[in-house]
Amino acid sequence: MRFESPDTIEQAIGLLNTCEGTSRVLAGGTDVLVQLRLALVEPELIVDIKHIAGMRDITAEDGGFRIGAAVSGAEMGEHADLVALWPGVVEAMELIGSTQVQGRATLAGNLCNASPAADSVPAMVAANAVATIVGPNGTRECPVADIPVSPSKTSLTKGEVITSIYLPARPDNSGDAYLRFIPRTEMDIAVSSAGVSLTINCDGVVTQARVSLGAVAPTVLVVEDASSAIIGTKLEDAAIATLQAACSAACNPIDDKRGTVEFRTKTAGVMAKRAALIAYSRAGGSK
Amino acid sequence: MVTEYKEGSVGAEFNKREFKVVGTRPPRPDGVDKVTGRALFGADFTAPGMLHATVLRSPHAHARIVSIDTSGALAMDGVKAVVTSEDFVKQTSSGNQDTLDNCMARGKVFYDGHAIVAVAATSVKIANAALKLIKVEYEILPHETDVDAAMLDSAPVLHEGRKFRNIPEGNNANVSGYWEFGHGDMDEGFAKADIVIERSFKTAATHQGYIEPHATLATMGPDGRGEIWVCTQGQFMVRDLAAAFVGIEASQLRVTASEIGGGFGGKTTVYLEPVALALAKKSGRPVKMVMTREEVFRASGPTTSSSTDVKIGMTKDGRITAGQAKLRYQGGAFPNITAMLGAMTAFASYDLEAVQTQAWNVLTNRPKQAAYRAPGAPMAIYTVESVVDELCQKLGLDPLEVRLLNAAKKGTLSSYGPTFDEIGLVATLEAAKAHPHYAAPLGPNQGRGVSCGFWFNFAGNTSVSMNINEDGTVAVIEGNPDIGGSRASISMMAAEELGIPLEKVRTIVADTNAIGFNDVTDGSRVTFAVGLATIKAARAAIQNMCGRAAQIWGIDADAVDWVDGAAVPTGHNAGDFPPMSLAKIAADSAKTGGPIAGHFEVNADGAGVSFGVHLVDVEVDPETGFTEIKRYTVFQDAGKAIHPDYVEGQMQGGAVQGIGWALNEEYIYGEDGKLQNAGFLDYRIPVASDLPMIDAVILEIPNPGHPYGVRGVGETGIVPPLAAVANGVSHAAGVRMTELPMSPPRILAAIDGAK
Amino acid sequence: MSKIHVSTSINGDAVEYLCEPEETLLDVLRNRVGLTGAKEGCGSGDCGACSVALDGRLVCSCLVLAAEAEGKTVSTVEGIAEGENLHVLQQKLLDHAALQCGICTPGILIASKALLEKNPDPTETEVRYWLAGNLCRCTGYDKIIRAVMDAAAEMRGA
Ligand SMILES: Cc1cc2nc3c(=O)[nH]c(=O)nc-3n(C[C@H](O)[C@H](O)[C@H](O)COP(=O)(O)OP(=O)(O)OC[C@H]3O[C@@H](n4cnc5c(N)ncnc54)[C@H](O)[C@@H]3O)c2cc1C
Ligand code: FES
Ligand code: FES
Repeated sequence: MRFESPDTIEQAIGLLNTCEGTSRVLAGGTDVLVQLRLALVEPELIVDIKHIAGMRDITAEDGGFRIGAAVSGAEMGEHADLVALWPGVVEAMELIGSTQVQGRATLAGNLCNASPAADSVPAMVAANAVATIVGPNGTRECPVADIPVSPSKTSLTKGEVITSIYLPARPDNSGDAYLRFIPRTEMDIAVSSAGVSLTINCDGVVTQARVSLGAVAPTVLVVEDASSAIIGTKLEDAAIATLQAACSAACNPIDDKRGTVEFRTKTAGVMAKRAALIAYSRAGGSK
Repeated sequence: MVTEYKEGSVGAEFNKREFKVVGTRPPRPDGVDKVTGRALFGADFTAPGMLHATVLRSPHAHARIVSIDTSGALAMDGVKAVVTSEDFVKQTSSGNQDTLDNCMARGKVFYDGHAIVAVAATSVKIANAALKLIKVEYEILPHETDVDAAMLDSAPVLHEGRKFRNIPEGNNANVSGYWEFGHGDMDEGFAKADIVIERSFKTAATHQGYIEPHATLATMGPDGRGEIWVCTQGQFMVRDLAAAFVGIEASQLRVTASEIGGGFGGKTTVYLEPVALALAKKSGRPVKMVMTREEVFRASGPTTSSSTDVKIGMTKDGRITAGQAKLRYQGGAFPNITAMLGAMTAFASYDLEAVQTQAWNVLTNRPKQAAYRAPGAPMAIYTVESVVDELCQKLGLDPLEVRLLNAAKKGTLSSYGPTFDEIGLVATLEAAKAHPHYAAPLGPNQGRGVSCGFWFNFAGNTSVSMNINEDGTVAVIEGNPDIGGSRASISMMAAEELGIPLEKVRTIVADTNAIGFNDVTDGSRVTFAVGLATIKAARAAIQNMCGRAAQIWGIDADAVDWVDGAAVPTGHNAGDFPPMSLAKIAADSAKTGGPIAGHFEVNADGAGVSFGVHLVDVEVDPETGFTEIKRYTVFQDAGKAIHPDYVEGQMQGGAVQGIGWALNEEYIYGEDGKLQNAGFLDYRIPVASDLPMIDAVILEIPNPGHPYGVRGVGETGIVPPLAAVANGVSHAAGVRMTELPMSPPRILAAIDGAK
Repeated sequence: MSKIHVSTSINGDAVEYLCEPEETLLDVLRNRVGLTGAKEGCGSGDCGACSVALDGRLVCSCLVLAAEAEGKTVSTVEGIAEGENLHVLQQKLLDHAALQCGICTPGILIASKALLEKNPDPTETEVRYWLAGNLCRCTGYDKIIRAVMDAAAEMRGA
């Protein structure tokens, strides 16, 4: 194994593109090192991207925020303006692992690890986040939702690196939230999860909404029926019940050591319901 | 919080003694080393020229080993030695042979993770690479990991042709042990009942979960002398087993116990030690071995899983008329007696006219179980306490009143045979009843659970030496690894008995060549048995010192007493001398006959059983099945709390391990017989945010078998939480839970099923 | 395969080491630098026994490649006391009997020190969540939480 920590993105891409065997980008390393330890991968090349300019910055841009691919969860949590704009995305990121893991783990790493249970991904998808990807053929933008294609697989091609993730501006009276179900209070991988982002008008009526689910399908799900269930409502009980049912209906989970199909299906709806209520109150709605 | 026991003859007599050091809370002697990173644990040892060894483990749950070819590994650069079962000596005792076969599979692998070959090389990386070059040909056999299924005639047989003793007709060849306990007429007992409840329960296997993986360093020269440094609960056990397996005499192997990062029973046997020693012998170099966390889960002993049928009868006013339990335990691929301990403890809290328990141990394709805190008792008592709770619920009776009505007390013929001496169950139940926790209001979706718990405690072989240094300080030398602060308690008992300040005493845990034999640190025995031996050793030293004073004063040795750390004449008739302090006697020792020491060796008994009662409030989320522990209080009889902080610590730690067992911990096997959750991510032990403070109320009902009244406290605390939490959850969720762990999917399914 | 040369500062001392690319910071601290205070309980980020501060940030040293420490500062349990004087947290862990076996203690110390530097007045819940990645199997956490809260109070007072 070779370890490189280039200073420029061009060098990084060059290294990755010319490596013939398996290579791995190293951001926070909280997935990569575990995989090395368990000998799940034996890469020829590791490219640490933390020394590349801009990778560690959170920058305000067009009313939203651009988050460098090497920014840790802890750094996101310490950024008051980011927390104010996208509390749900930040809370999703901060749910990952322990305080120690937070000191290293990144949004981009969580996304590229492509676990169906990745916590930040449903929140980013609900937020319509967009990744900036640089590769041998230049730079492209890609909605976060289109990056994971199946468990452990992304749509990135050889030599491509995510350099940042953009969380867009949002109208006033918007709120987002993310909730997951785990058997303990910390240190578990999500058994089911939901992200909700919504905007309300001055009457408290939901005008836009996006609802996503994690850990209940091979990749993150966007549940259109759930958003349409609450658009035009003030999250009355009936609307919430429809959202919950729509979420459960959308689930396509597996039975494994972490949960049963039945359990995941049911709790995903519960998480979505509760997340919607939190997002609504963050948007300024009162019930 | 310590509640003093006021009534009762024994209590009164013990309470007359005014302790000066015992019962205080001084800082522990090994504390500074442990907060500064200086303390050396198992994996912290190195030796010049040291090799690293790793182990090839079975990927199959059950297979015959057709052949092993290690030539590829041996040919690799940096590889220095390879061992298989062929490199060990055949044992005469079947128990030892089982332990050896568990260390290195012989002919057959019995579980996923079973060790087959070990390689010593100049680095871990090379050793691991060499493992990949070893070719093992397997004949894969059908496997079984479930206790009930392994008892069926259709189950694959693990040890073909092996006969086990005292197995009744009608059991299959996997049943390796059968036991029965009880007394009275069961039919008559059940006939007297107004209500009888019969239920079946299951509990999953759990792991001790010590944070420090097994680690050892062994050396052995061509002269056949060896040394082992190891994190273990018993250096003498390691010496005896490793020496026997490698074929050397005990005196030729010196074993030093490192600081130990948790054991809870799991480090009372050997895994790596004989292997490292054999590799050291073959390579002529020191060999270090450290398990990965995955290996700890796959290949070191968890506890047993169980399947139990319980039947209890009760009168309308809460008197238990009869209790019966059939306990089936599996503890992996080799015989063990945990089921027997379950059968003995199941009904120990009750004074019963009719009681019967039967226990079976069944062999399965899982790792060889190891002791885990009160082995066998938590799962047995869980079933009985659950049914007692349900009877109380059905009859509308207060669960503590019912337990008080039926509680075992002095003179009770216990369910497992002996008649109880002075015991603390009634006092413990009364303390729980009087505690504000029991009267506190509950919120929505909350439930309160109660359970009693019991453990025998053990005493056993113990040796202690005590040297009185010339500067008036004292060295206590004992042979039991300190797993939770015992050196503090031992020093305190030495200081108390000698009448000197605690700072003057230093206690060390010696290696196998420096002190007489000691049983392993288990059975909650150390503060009891080592404490007892320390007090007796101090008395021997005192006698010696009184003799020295008598010599100096020119009076009869009988005319000297020991008071507050000094020799004094017994009265005016004996002579009029000012007290002669320990320091003075020690300083003059060269002139009065040489060094002063005391020692004591014993195979102790009289450990004194211990009872506990736990109260817990839980809240269950009806939409997710998630359980939150809202409040928890432990009441336990310590006999005498030498260092109350560490007694509380045992109670709290035991309670939390029990909470983990009740809610989330379990060994999960796939259809393929492989362990699916061999890591802390999915083997879910409680984390700090899962818990409230654990209130600990110590009761002191002195144990007549110990000079200060001590009872072991290490194990009882893990016994009640399983039923306490299960009873709380059953009330909160409105449905009786009969399987552990009560993980959220299971609770939610039960809630939905009850609708 | 050649080794990587790393210059770093550990507990205030300049330290250089050679490491293999796949070695973790924990491996190097324990096996090459001779600092065995950080413990390996899992090697996969689950137990926190290997906690260190890397450029002041709390991390699991088992999840950091040794090569990544180039130019960084590393703080381990060995660097918490100043000479003969224990840090308040160390003293409070002792006073509250907040360790039984002590294998989790180095990680608990490093993690709670990082907490109090960031939040001098944490609630019990905050302490519990901050320390959720530091497994302790012996104590049930009760005395650890009390010790950290008490240390926080004393440090605020001082
Ligand atoms: C103890 C523990 C607990 C955890 N708990 C959770 C949890 O609760 N929820 C959860 O979702 N995850 C959890 N994880 C997994 C992990 O922490 C997260 O997935 C984390 O966000 C990964 O980020 P990272 O920067 O550490 O990724 P890395 O390990 O650095 O990388 C992860 C993957 O992404 C690739 N990669 C990283 N950055 C880029 C990039 N910029 N461009 C292209 N590819 C890239 C890497 O090559 C690798 O394949 C846990 C891990 C541990 C060790
Ligand atoms: S050893 Fe690093 S977290 Fe367990
Ligand atoms: S004191 Fe033993 S793990 Fe914490």
